[in-house]
Amino acid sequence: MTAWMWPPPVEIPERHRRKAMDDAASSYGRVLKPGQLDTSHGVVLYLDNICVSFDGFKALNNLSLSIDVGELRCVIGPNGAGKTTMMDVITGKTRADSGTAFFGQTIDLKQYSEVEIAQAGIGRKFQKPTIFEQHTVFENLELSMKADKRVRKTLFARLSSAERDRIAEMLTLVRLTDSADRLAGLLSHGQKQWLEIGMLLMQEPRLLLLDEPVAGMSDDETERTAELFLTLAGKHSLVVVEHDMAFVDKIARKVTVLHEGSVLAEGAMNEVQNDPRVIEVYLGR
Amino acid sequence: MSGPLTSTFTLLYGARGWSALAAAGCVLFVAFPMLNLLAPADSVLQLSAYWVTLIGKIMCYAIVAVAMDLIWGYCGILSLGHGLFFALGGYGMGMYLMRQIGRDGQYRAELPDFMVFLDWKELPWHWWNSDSFAWALLLAVAVPGLLAYVFGYFAFRSRIKGVYFSIITQALTFAAMLLFFRNETGFGGNNGFTDFKRILGFPITTPQTRMVLFTLTGAVLIATLLLGRYLVTSKFGRVLAAIRDAEQRVMFCGYNTLHYKLFIWTLSAVLCGIAGALYVTQVGIINPGEMSPANSIEIAIWVAVGGRGTLAGAIAGAGVVNGAKSFFTQVFPEYWLYVLGMMFILVTLFMPQGIVGLLNKSRSGK
Repeated sequence: MTAWMWPPPVEIPERHRRKAMDDAASSYGRVLKPGQLDTSHGVVLYLDNICVSFDGFKALNNLSLSIDVGELRCVIGPNGAGKTTMMDVITGKTRADSGTAFFGQTIDLKQYSEVEIAQAGIGRKFQKPTIFEQHTVFENLELSMKADKRVRKTLFARLSSAERDRIAEMLTLVRLTDSADRLAGLLSHGQKQWLEIGMLLMQEPRLLLLDEPVAGMSDDETERTAELFLTLAGKHSLVVVEHDMAFVDKIARKVTVLHEGSVLAEGAMNEVQNDPRVIEVYLGR
Repeated sequence: MSGPLTSTFTLLYGARGWSALAAAGCVLFVAFPMLNLLAPADSVLQLSAYWVTLIGKIMCYAIVAVAMDLIWGYCGILSLGHGLFFALGGYGMGMYLMRQIGRDGQYRAELPDFMVFLDWKELPWHWWNSDSFAWALLLAVAVPGLLAYVFGYFAFRSRIKGVYFSIITQALTFAAMLLFFRNETGFGGNNGFTDFKRILGFPITTPQTRMVLFTLTGAVLIATLLLGRYLVTSKFGRVLAAIRDAEQRVMFCGYNTLHYKLFIWTLSAVLCGIAGALYVTQVGIINPGEMSPANSIEIAIWVAVGGRGTLAGAIAGAGVVNGAKSFFTQVFPEYWLYVLGMMFILVTLFMPQGIVGLLNKSRSGK
């Protein structure tokens, strides 16, 4: 940072500093707390030229993608196209070999651990529903709720009535109020998916990554999930990876097609569906 | 059926549990001292020194079992090296007890006997301040705690899990045993420490001193149980159980699981250290055999027999297995290991939730 700026910028630790001069102008008059999400340019996630290879296999090959604030983006692509690897890179589970990944303008995802990325506001639903099976539904939501998650705080944590209300609201939203005291492991597959979505929402993330959220759901449940996602878009940004084309068609405004680790096509569902390259690799099979 | 492995708010403890705990407290703190100290020596009610020592020893083991249950039953981390932390606590206290012997040893020397035997002229550096009781207490807590913290930090940071972690802990205790066997290490080699005479100036073998140590052990055991209960019913405990079942999800919820595992792991080691310090004062001997891998495996068996993830089950398991051990090693010494092995196999096959699981089942079956 240069010396002539006024007010002088606070000392931000090196790893939180924005790279180069990508948008120096936006920092005028505003001081960001380290790690604070800055989406003032309307972009919540920005991936540029990401490459990941496993033993020579290029899982991601110059992948570039940007997600706007409040957007609902669907990502489709044949098996092995790199969808899950992309989510792994965003959430810090896999490190990119090269390229840049930013959450907002300021948070360089490559420098954070999974835990820090989750705390910064990226929630992830796994392909296989991952919930705490030996805990009740209520406790699942309690544990995932946004809170100070350090050991010494958790040791003495008590649920406030506001927090109980939040959990109750979420139980209503994911239609599990009647099952609140049941063990989560006893839920049906679809209910587990909903519980996991509820857990993500309890974290109050800015960006939700959902890996095959309707797999194993009944038609009725799929329908309701589509409705839920449409109401979430706007408040949250969502990236949905899904194989169910009817579902994608229902919720998608913009679709990204991945193929062999990079973006093959991007646009509205009907545009993408009519793209000859997409038909060749994926839809026309 | 809500088995004991359903973490969280379950069965810790109903009104019945609390009254059982109160009853146990009365027996420990009132009945036993009276029967031991007041009942005439020839009376059938007389509780002999043998029983006081045996029960005191088993209570020390029970503390270890609770510590093991916290880390294994609730956090899913199977340690096969908990005997090491127990022994380190014992050695910490043992050094002080050795110094308390003063000039009453075989060689009538200021130095502990084994050092005279080795022809050492002064105390090695790590015996510094070993004549201080407070220092001994500190060592008994801090040494196991520090070792566990450093070891745990590297192991958990490298995300070593499951059977790999168990094997490394096993190797750790084995390595420590070999180290302590050496005379040069300065802990009495394979004989360890024994022949204690005094603690805080009081003769250590009188019934009164024994009773004080006995009730103290009982108090520590109950405190450990209550501490464990607090931990596992708190949100912290629910996070632990969640780490056991789906660590990845816990991390993506924003919990730094390294800190959680490290906390409970270190606490568990500290509890073992305290138990070891209490043990050595009552049993009167500590040697590297306590660090043998088999000992640590036995700790896991106590918890498995009692029922993982129940705390009270760990105490029951330590009691049953050690009770059986002292019976069999007197009556059929050559068969004890077979009995232990059978016990473990039968429990694993037929009562996966241990004694507590069996009790719950029979209660809900009625």
